[in-house]
Amino acid sequence: MTKARPPIAMLAELTHRCPLSCPYCSNPIEMARQDAELSTEEWKSVFAQAADLGVLQLHLSGGEPATRRDLEDLVQAAREAGLYTNLITSGIGLTERRLKALDAAGLDHVQLSLQGTTPEMADEIGGYKGGFKRKMQVAEWIAEIGFPLTLNAVLHRRNLHQLPRALEMAVEMGARRIEVATVQFHGWALKNRDALMPTREQAAEATRIVQEARLRLKGTLVIDYVPADYHSDYPKRCMGGWGSTGLNVAPDGQVLPCHAAQTIPHLRFDNVRERPLSEIWYDGAAFNAYRGTDWMPEPCSSCERKTVDFGGCRCQAMALAGDPAATDPVCIKSPHHVDLQARADAHAAAEYAALIYRSAPGKAPEPAE
Amino acid sequence: MQPAEIPTLPRGVRLHWDRVRETWVLLAPERAITLDQVGHAILSEVDGSRSFGEITAGLAAKYNAPQEQIAKDSAGFLGALRERRFLEVA
Repeated sequence: MTKARPPIAMLAELTHRCPLSCPYCSNPIEMARQDAELSTEEWKSVFAQAADLGVLQLHLSGGEPATRRDLEDLVQAAREAGLYTNLITSGIGLTERRLKALDAAGLDHVQLSLQGTTPEMADEIGGYKGGFKRKMQVAEWIAEIGFPLTLNAVLHRRNLHQLPRALEMAVEMGARRIEVATVQFHGWALKNRDALMPTREQAAEATRIVQEARLRLKGTLVIDYVPADYHSDYPKRCMGGWGSTGLNVAPDGQVLPCHAAQTIPHLRFDNVRERPLSEIWYDGAAFNAYRGTDWMPEPCSSCERKTVDFGGCRCQAMALAGDPAATDPVCIKSPHHVDLQARADAHAAAEYAALIYRSAPGKAPEPAE
Repeated sequence: MQPAEIPTLPRGVRLHWDRVRETWVLLAPERAITLDQVGHAILSEVDGSRSFGEITAGLAAKYNAPQEQIAKDSAGFLGALRERRFLEVA
């Protein structure tokens, strides 16, 4: 195996605590409790190690990162380490005073999540009354301070019709960029496929709207688009290739090749409390498990796309095919593809399903499907 | 890009020396763009006060190259950044 290159991006999940309880939350079902979270000093050390390792982009996420009272200190430490700092937030927990402190700390960019374009939709999806109103206030403060802003719209069957308004809102807020992300079915979202799976028609309509908006808003708003996965013919290039460009540090210091990697039962993860980050990246068993192409079975190993999408998502192969080394079932070459398409249509046609909200860290989770 | 236009790197977009890979990069939201020598030379001149014409004239003198060619190459490069909203023009 050729030696891995240094990572470019690190996702720091500062906490799993969050005032929202979105039914598609990417946090694991078993969340880290507050008393297990890395301390301020531990995070600072991780940021310095990440910069030494070659990380350029630091994404501060959660849970809700603003739940950490030391967020401002962490941003300052990350900037001092030489990292580009991106705050991924719902806005809840940010005040004008805290935003000004983050500005002074050197925060580079804010990514604000959008659960819906109306208070009714956003508050229902987020499971937090008054959240939308608060978010709009935070967006105003972000614009006043002048932070570069990306709006991160998460779309699914319930709110895909709001995509045109989400694009308008991004422009009105002065965002330079919007991520139009159709829900990916991992973690909590797997429990909510009957409620959230878009129909094939919705998925096609979203693609059409994005294509039209990209032309119309060229030079005003950059649109990054994550299409509906189950309705695609080729899998997504997950994480840019396992262990190739990015890593994820969980609240308790476990270092993961992607945020869902803990769903693969045989993987063993290192912790920054026990091992230097550089060793974990280059020599850690979890990072080397699916790095490159040597691990691939057929039909991936002889496929001309094997370095395009790296066989797709390992966690999805685990969840849907029961084998983390299998071809992502989204791929038309997967023996599970036809079945997946049928299941996607069945989920999308489900009459009405109540949302199963994520629970708080330390609380008993809902039973899995 | 017109000679009188003044390019500027907006907030959140900055040049950065990548000491691990030993190269200049342009850091922007969700992006890190590796810069070659030419890209770095152009962006180093972008200071938010000098016009595109002044910048290309300066580069032509510095590298002893025809200004027309430099203007053409620079306009393509800066135009692509502008489309991504990594560059603004006053």
